[in-house]
Amino acid sequence: MRVDASDFELTEEQRLFGESVARFLEQEYPFEKRARIVAGEPGFLDEHWRQFAELGWLGLAIPERYGGLGGGAGDVAVLMEQIGRGLLASPLLTSNVLAAGALVASGDRALCDEILPSTAAGETRLALAYAEPQARYDPFDVATSARRDGEHWRIDGSKIVVGFANCADQLIVSARTAGDRRDRGGISLFLVDPGSPGIDAHHYHTHDGGRASDLAFEAAEAVALIGREGGGLAPLEHALDFASLAVAAEACGAMWAVYEQTLAYIKTREQFGVPIGSFQAIQHRMVDVFMRCELARSMVHDAVAAWGRGDRAEMARAVSAARVNIGNGARLVGEEGIQLHGAIAMTDEVSIGHYLKRITMINASFGDPAWHLARYAGLMREQSGNSGNGDENASK
Amino acid sequence: MRADEPLPDLEAFRSEVRSFLRENLPHDIRERVKRGCNDFTTAELRDWMAVLAHRGGWSCPNWPAEHGGPGWSHAQKYIFEREYALNHCPKLPNGGSAMLGPTLMHYGTREQKNRFLPDILTGKTFWAQGYSEPNAGSDLASLKCRADRDGNHYVINGSKIWTTGAHTSQWLFGLFRTDSSGRKQQGITFLMIKLSSPGITVRPLPMFEGSDELAEVFFDDVRVPVDQCVGEEHDGWNVSKYLLSLERFGAAHIGTTTARLDRVKELAATTPVGEASLLDDPVFANKLAQAEIELRALDVTEQRFLLGSSGAEAAMLKIRGTEVQQMVMELLVEVAGVHAQLAPDTGQEDRPRHAPAGAEYAAHGYFHFRKTPIWGGSNEIMRNIIAKAVLGL
Ligand SMILES: Cc1cc2nc3c(=O)[nH]c(=O)nc-3n(C[C@H](O)[C@H](O)[C@H](O)COP(=O)(O)OP(=O)(O)OC[C@H]3O[C@@H](n4cnc5c(N)ncnc54)[C@H](O)[C@@H]3O)c2cc1C
Repeated sequence: MRVDASDFELTEEQRLFGESVARFLEQEYPFEKRARIVAGEPGFLDEHWRQFAELGWLGLAIPERYGGLGGGAGDVAVLMEQIGRGLLASPLLTSNVLAAGALVASGDRALCDEILPSTAAGETRLALAYAEPQARYDPFDVATSARRDGEHWRIDGSKIVVGFANCADQLIVSARTAGDRRDRGGISLFLVDPGSPGIDAHHYHTHDGGRASDLAFEAAEAVALIGREGGGLAPLEHALDFASLAVAAEACGAMWAVYEQTLAYIKTREQFGVPIGSFQAIQHRMVDVFMRCELARSMVHDAVAAWGRGDRAEMARAVSAARVNIGNGARLVGEEGIQLHGAIAMTDEVSIGHYLKRITMINASFGDPAWHLARYAGLMREQSGNSGNGDENASK
Repeated sequence: MRADEPLPDLEAFRSEVRSFLRENLPHDIRERVKRGCNDFTTAELRDWMAVLAHRGGWSCPNWPAEHGGPGWSHAQKYIFEREYALNHCPKLPNGGSAMLGPTLMHYGTREQKNRFLPDILTGKTFWAQGYSEPNAGSDLASLKCRADRDGNHYVINGSKIWTTGAHTSQWLFGLFRTDSSGRKQQGITFLMIKLSSPGITVRPLPMFEGSDELAEVFFDDVRVPVDQCVGEEHDGWNVSKYLLSLERFGAAHIGTTTARLDRVKELAATTPVGEASLLDDPVFANKLAQAEIELRALDVTEQRFLLGSSGAEAAMLKIRGTEVQQMVMELLVEVAGVHAQLAPDTGQEDRPRHAPAGAEYAAHGYFHFRKTPIWGGSNEIMRNIIAKAVLGL
């Protein structure tokens, strides 16, 4: 067996933590209130952000030595699953999981010491600017450049769909310090003050109530180089994989929420004098939804377990596998949730459509299912190539 | 018959339609439709309908010449539908042109035809369809909104829901309960009601992706003259069934789906992936090819059905039409990539923007068109119809 039973069980601590997150979101972030919050700027409440810090959510993915709780992938998955259920829109993912993750992975202890304690405390928000107009989902496709100018680095180029840059105190920006646009080497990470001259921002809403920005850099001065010059891609990819794991768990939570609400609805909605859930055409569809939810949960456990074992290639495989399976499953579940509800699900007052929105945005983040499938296929080829005999290896 | 075969007279017709649409559709409407925007003001739609009407009744392409329509053959209607969509013309409210109009032509009195058809044709009046109620969706015959006879009037009490365009229309046609003593399909009456009548309240129902086409209509002692009844009193169920049997044409929306698939290709060709374009990516190209094949199969099927019916053509075209439409909407989201996240009308116009034109409508359209497998008889109900009426199950 590839996995042991403990891979599938939450610790007592994780179970209690998950329940507390669920309780908080039910009380503080009911659906009607959420609609008002996401419509206003900056898309979430400061008061909530402070509470997230007190509850430890903001430091969960940050190591203890930098003022966080040093939680593992399993803990983050528990938090994200509840966030998926509660449809929470906030910079938690982009700032405290993704951007903080890149900083930690860079190994730049001095900058981590300087920035992460206040990030965990909710005082400093981060945004990671890596995607580019021509790059689609390839993080190594970097046309943005950084050049030395005396003591400083200056950045030129464009970054797109930077999550919650509207309220970021610091930006982490990937830029090329050597090589050609699609070289894996020569990419560096920089700390940039979003208010510096030479940065033009276009802020907009995303369909799920979140915020994102397109940023144009024109000889914008960086605050600092993060980590080693030219060593930016490994920490970036590591952080993106971790964020992928986090959104896979979030999507899993959203799927279960759609499943439960739809199941309850088809048991009570009556047409032709009976609950619509009594029609076999509906029952079989609902069973398919249920099976996709169970598969999603398995894939989250699988990715968490792989993350715990720490083998880089295996982590990447497990994460991409989860993003493919969950991405396709979540889309189906969201679409079926709407269809089985009928017209009522098309209204703004009902949460089902909003789950499909979040699911669709997740599928357009950190690689869509097609990108992850292609990546998985590449990793699979590499693996079979390395072992010489794929079959023998797999049966062990 | 293949309606797209280059028969000489049909080709001439096609180019006549095409050049008229190209020359007369306002440029900014065309551009918005092309980008995927579905929201147009009533004034914009009305003006455009008037232009089409003026051309010889093109605003109501299915109408016979006798009532001011163009009196086209099936092949001509087919061509018009394709050209209309491929030239990025906006979808027009069709409650009057496609639904009430043909019903009146069949069941209406001469006075009713004279009174209502001309204003439908010119786009002066828009009509909403008031069938569904909170507890009467798929099970439409269980509708309860009451119309009680009081001398020369009906008095309406109750409500309708999911009424597309009730807030932008002047009139509503719908089904009302005039008798509840017999089978539920009996005792239903088809009435036409002026939406400005005293006692009517229209409440818009915002949709989850931001559109505002839906509304709810409440009736509180609304008085409707009996000459606004279509067909016999209590016979409204049969009146509405006649309409359903007519709705074959364009049920599959092949024209608009073809236009969207063209858009997917155009965008994919300019979306970089590495050193090449998304269109060069074999995995994406396969998906695109698959969608085009499904669309082609549907197109040919629609053309076959124009020649002879199997009894289920409306249901089948509706099911497959919406399924292929969904496939293409999903491809539009995939092409947009990370830009699919951008929501319409939320950014600062004057700032640097990198998303390709229309990226904000990719996911928006995908969300919006989740409606089509639900409305007009859900795809599940359509399958039930085929199972029962054609397969004899
Ligand atoms: C955007 C939009 C616009 C609309 N515009 C109009 C309008 O202008 N005028 C109007 O009158 N109505 C309109 N409708 C309403 C539409 O006709 C109804 O939504 C439709 O009839 C389904 O009813 P319902 O929504 O109540 O779903 P329900 O009937 O409650 O159905 C819920 C689910 O159960 C399934 N189901 C129900 N019965 C069966 C069965 N026997 N076997 C298998 N599955 C079953 C349905 O397919 C659906 O998936 C509109 C709907 C939408 C979404």
